[in-house]
Amino acid sequence: MKLYNIAHSRAGDKGDIVNLSLIPYQEEDYEFLRRHVTEYKVKEHLQDIVKGDVIRYDIPSFKAFNFVCQQSLLGGVTTSLALDTHGKSLSFALLEMEI
Amino acid sequence: MLKIGSGAGFSGDRLEPAEVLLEHAELDYLVLECLAERTIALAQKEKFHEPEKGFDPHLEVRVRRLLPLLSNQKTRLITNMGAANPEAAATKIVEIAKELNISCKVAAVTGDDVFQVIETNHLLPNDNPQQVKKENLLSANVYLGAEALLPALETEADIIVTGRAADPSLFLAPQIHHFQWSMHDYEKLGKGTVVGHLLECGAQVSGGYFADPGKKEAADLADIGFPFAEIEEDEVVIKKVEGTGGVINLQTVKEQLLYEVHDPANYFTPDVTADFSKVEVKETGENQVQVTGGKGHERPDKLKVSIGYHAGFIGEGEISYAGANAEARAALAGSILEKRLSDKVPHLRIDYIGMSSLHRTSFGEHTPYEVRVRAAGHSDSEEVAALIGKETEALYTNGPAGGGGARKKITESIGVLSNYLSRDQVHPKLIIRSTDNETI
Repeated sequence: MKLYNIAHSRAGDKGDIVNLSLIPYQEEDYEFLRRHVTEYKVKEHLQDIVKGDVIRYDIPSFKAFNFVCQQSLLGGVTTSLALDTHGKSLSFALLEMEI
Repeated sequence: MLKIGSGAGFSGDRLEPAEVLLEHAELDYLVLECLAERTIALAQKEKFHEPEKGFDPHLEVRVRRLLPLLSNQKTRLITNMGAANPEAAATKIVEIAKELNISCKVAAVTGDDVFQVIETNHLLPNDNPQQVKKENLLSANVYLGAEALLPALETEADIIVTGRAADPSLFLAPQIHHFQWSMHDYEKLGKGTVVGHLLECGAQVSGGYFADPGKKEAADLADIGFPFAEIEEDEVVIKKVEGTGGVINLQTVKEQLLYEVHDPANYFTPDVTADFSKVEVKETGENQVQVTGGKGHERPDKLKVSIGYHAGFIGEGEISYAGANAEARAALAGSILEKRLSDKVPHLRIDYIGMSSLHRTSFGEHTPYEVRVRAAGHSDSEEVAALIGKETEALYTNGPAGGGGARKKITESIGVLSNYLSRDQVHPKLIIRSTDNETI
């Protein structure tokens, strides 16, 4: 199953860092995601995109996660040669992950 | 109760939703957030050539359309459309008000421009991998906080216009002013910052940047409504005008809560270190979400400075291939461009739009019906950057079969670096302009 089936995500940028939220549609899936969508797995899944570390922040109060991915925007929004300089589409790269 | 609406989430944002908010939401304040990091560097350049310019290019059209409504509804406007020149923006707004025969007092808040401090004290960040040269610096603007906006709110000004202020601070300032919070009550400032963060991107909390047909629905997106907050001391509800398009639900609010956030427990602004990690959200009706549990602690010692510099030129070219073997013809086009340009543009980037241009992979095998080749490269010379588009266009007659829809583009590249200044080096200033010719 793809992550896309049970969760949604939004990407945000700052410098060369992209943050990807991960939010289960059903709040009861929060635990399942916490166990299966680890920093290591995300880093491996996004290996073509994320060149630095991935840190996951857990927010149990509103049942969401935030993945902060370093060195992900080919040098940063302002001078990047990428088509999607902000990495706005990368939320859907995370949701491609098989779990 | 205090009602604050969000009428723009970026400079080029849509105009109509702010009018709808003013007509139907009975707002106390309308906030227009229009200033991106690189925009202020471009505005600074414009001001250098024309001293009465340098404010947001859409200021005139926005003010012209909103001023009659603001005046009718007695709604105050707070905006960073002053960009590199809030004083000139204030003068312009008063000029428009006079033309429309509307009485209007404008407070301009300046002091964010710290170019002299940065330049004379050689305060380029140590972490300066691009080796930016001093002569390429364009602008240095410190992020002002709500504190800098409070004196303006204490005047009777109808419009408060500033330049670089932290986005959530534009929304926090009227809350501090209304509820008379102390600048040391970090718990309250944290709560107020959550509201600011949720509203600062316009429609992004009311169904924009959200819809995914069949999965995440947002009704009538074409007529999307912008959000407003109903704020009481201990309760905040995010809403939009009834009958507008879009959606406000747990999903839209959660997505926006984490938008451009790193550690949710430590969200730094000039006013407070806000803590989003204990926020709770609850749907209290159709298209309305109650938000509680925002917290905060001591504000950061220093203020962030955004330094803009001229970073040369980016040249781009695109051309498409479709039908049988499109992928191979696109790949051939890409390799030709690399050969023709590699000696002049050392780090040429070739993307295949429709395949891997956005995620740099397609997570497996896919055969697209059509592929668009994109070449992009950087050069200090505008002429060299232009070669990328020219060579792409030349693939019409000098490349693979069936190339179509070639386009070319050159962009002046503005880089942005960050540094920090201690608070005693920053001196916000208030300037009043009024249709009654009052000047301070």
